[in-house]
Amino acid sequence: MPENVKKERSMILQKEMIGNLFKELGNVKQTGKKVVYTFVPGNLSELIRSFDMLPVYPEINALQSGMRKKSDAYIREAEKWGHSEDVCTYVKCDIGMMLKGNIGPTGEKVPDPDLLLLSYTGCFTFLKWFENLEKLYPGVPVALIHTPYQENGEITAEMTEYMVKQLKNDVIPKMEQVSGQKFDPEKLKTILQHSADIEDLIVKIFDTTKNVPSPIDAYFAGVYYIGPINIGFRGTPEATEYYKELYSEILERVRLGLGPVTPEGEMEEERYRLVVEGPPNWTSFREFWKLFYDMGAVIVASSYTRVGGVYKNGFRHDPDRLLESLSEYCMGCYTNMNLPQRVEMLAKEIKDYKADGFLVNSIKSCNSFSAGQLLIMRTLEDRMGIPVGFIESDLVDPRYFSYSNIKNRLESFFQMLEQRKLINV
Amino acid sequence: MNNNVRNSQPGFKMSKLKELTDKCEHLAFDLNFNAAKKWKAEKENRVLVGYMPIYFPREIIHAVDGLPVGIMGGGDRKQIVIGDAYYQSYICHIPRGIIEMALSGHFTNFDGFVFPAICDVIRNLSGMFQMSNIGKFAKYIDFPQDFNSDIGGEFYIQEMNSVLSKIKEINEVELTTERLNHSIGLYNKNRQLIEEIYDIKQAFPWRLTAVETYHIVRAGMVIPVEEHNRILEEVLYEIRQDIGEPLDKIKVVITGAFCEQPPVSLIKTIELAGCYIVDDDFMLGSRWIQGDVDNTTDNPLKALSEAYLNFSTFSSSVYDIGNPKSKRLINLIKRREADGVIFAAPSFCDPALLDNPTYNKECDKAGIRYINFQYHENIGQFKVIKEQVGAFSDSIKLWA
Repeated sequence: MPENVKKERSMILQKEMIGNLFKELGNVKQTGKKVVYTFVPGNLSELIRSFDMLPVYPEINALQSGMRKKSDAYIREAEKWGHSEDVCTYVKCDIGMMLKGNIGPTGEKVPDPDLLLLSYTGCFTFLKWFENLEKLYPGVPVALIHTPYQENGEITAEMTEYMVKQLKNDVIPKMEQVSGQKFDPEKLKTILQHSADIEDLIVKIFDTTKNVPSPIDAYFAGVYYIGPINIGFRGTPEATEYYKELYSEILERVRLGLGPVTPEGEMEEERYRLVVEGPPNWTSFREFWKLFYDMGAVIVASSYTRVGGVYKNGFRHDPDRLLESLSEYCMGCYTNMNLPQRVEMLAKEIKDYKADGFLVNSIKSCNSFSAGQLLIMRTLEDRMGIPVGFIESDLVDPRYFSYSNIKNRLESFFQMLEQRKLINV
Repeated sequence: MNNNVRNSQPGFKMSKLKELTDKCEHLAFDLNFNAAKKWKAEKENRVLVGYMPIYFPREIIHAVDGLPVGIMGGGDRKQIVIGDAYYQSYICHIPRGIIEMALSGHFTNFDGFVFPAICDVIRNLSGMFQMSNIGKFAKYIDFPQDFNSDIGGEFYIQEMNSVLSKIKEINEVELTTERLNHSIGLYNKNRQLIEEIYDIKQAFPWRLTAVETYHIVRAGMVIPVEEHNRILEEVLYEIRQDIGEPLDKIKVVITGAFCEQPPVSLIKTIELAGCYIVDDDFMLGSRWIQGDVDNTTDNPLKALSEAYLNFSTFSSSVYDIGNPKSKRLINLIKRREADGVIFAAPSFCDPALLDNPTYNKECDKAGIRYINFQYHENIGQFKVIKEQVGAFSDSIKLWA
């Protein structure tokens, strides 16, 4: 960030929170705290915290490695170890990082897991990922929670019951065994109350993009906003404070009629409002973002920011229904929704946030997102009558980020948006 | 004498085995599923339910006047025109063939479709069928990854009941214990017969080529199980005879090809390059349950569920902690007395490809030779694979 760009207090708070987490992870030998490796979608952060354990998210390490230009070497290491060029690069980046000494994004060694918690939500590859990790960390207990897919566009009582039984039968006993603590429902209740408060704030924050100009970018900045809830701080007082602060800063921007903050300062003119489907590219995140803000394009909603939980539809963690609520949270994550649900949600966002266009960033590594995106895109084009665009990249494999191709496609897309505006004047 | 060679002699009367394998080839690759559609037309209230790879408990469809029809994609026999507009280049080939077939009328008269949990691509294909209103229902069946009877088992029974309720809405046929037990018995028989074919192939691989075996087993996915059982019995009668002559080939197991199928020419290429294929996972769904499902209980759905939880074969689509698939693969290689293993996986297949490093390392530890390659269902160039397999076969023959 250039020197003239003022850091908001929320940014400082977030940096402190994440820094402290990595510091805590670095000190587990001294503190004796147990470490749980788990995934962002369907993460059981609250449950982990209720046992005073610390979470490590391999996808977060991978994306951080991507942003810090380290993923290339990790991926090659995993390929040298036998992994195909064709498979998920998050997996390869994580395995490569482990093979090279497990040095995390902050330069400190990430501690080995005491428990592998496979919250198998919305992504089949997670299952394969943990099968691989289990071989790399022999003897570490694995707890699995199978999250049923919303194939019929709903969460049934039977699905919830299936998950609750798994929590009671496998997940909680393993957490008790690893942490040496008994499950404490009262403690979890308090944590879930914080989660619900945070989720209220998240919804309010992402709803501010209804303003014109939008005070935030819900994709490129949005990934920072969801950072704390996606790396284990959901349910904590620190996160509540962070989101309160962030919301008040955004409201101030709304009051002043300001647009989003970008790495190069405030965006001057909002020319296009977009809804984006799919994760961002991490290896060239800044260049990627710049392609948008240089053209005055603001992302007013994105599906990716719902990958760790969908709260806009009214879901909140419920302190009075502990395990049921955790289960419903897992099943409600974006990639656990079926395709018709995804279309409904995106259509609503295009309408609610007055988007001018819809863009897919299709990720080579992520079939959970990518398979079906072309049909989603055409369906939305027909139904909403707005221009649609399509670009391709990858999560953390720099070999699949072609700046010129993406720029060309985006320029054509923006021209299309411009022409549509002229026609509609 | 090799069966194919024998039948190519001028004036030679077509052997019974050739007749059977030709019939099966025709059935297996009739992408319009005429046999299945004819079966449906013969009686009122019959339903056709298409299912995608890998495994699906076909017994439940059979028990309610249905014919489960395996949909294995268009292979190299269906030109993709529409399908490529639905999928990015980095997604495997099978779904684009299936959507092509769906949108160009191949599934006319099908009532519904089932998409077993195997990967995110097949899962999302269920949503694409729903969005495109293909069939009266498109159901993703979420196989449990929890293997406790009262947890994953109960959930699985609910999933089966959900499929049954969709069929009942169409044909109003009620599932009864007797009918389901009867269907279970027929599929038990089907698996026994297939396993016997593989056992004979292990001892006398020259009696039935891998391609012939493939056609015979695949035909069973598109015709009633009763008819398939008759074919299998006839095939077995033929191959129990002392036919053909052994060639100097190594014995291999092929794994990784359980969903998107290799083109038949690729299977032929492997055999021509010096290998007898003594086991494979091409039609894994037909051989999924190891042994018989109990067909004497008063709760046959539970029997199917228990069989899935306790007697499933190993697969990349099943969570393997506690029962590692690499160990089970090595046991299979030993049981089949194979000289090596070929890891043949479709391009961009996360489940198969993510297993390969573990498999390779376990084979290294066990001293089992192997090679890896990738393919897609309409691959047309086999020279490189032929050379690779040939070198593999030679290396074992010469140096092992």
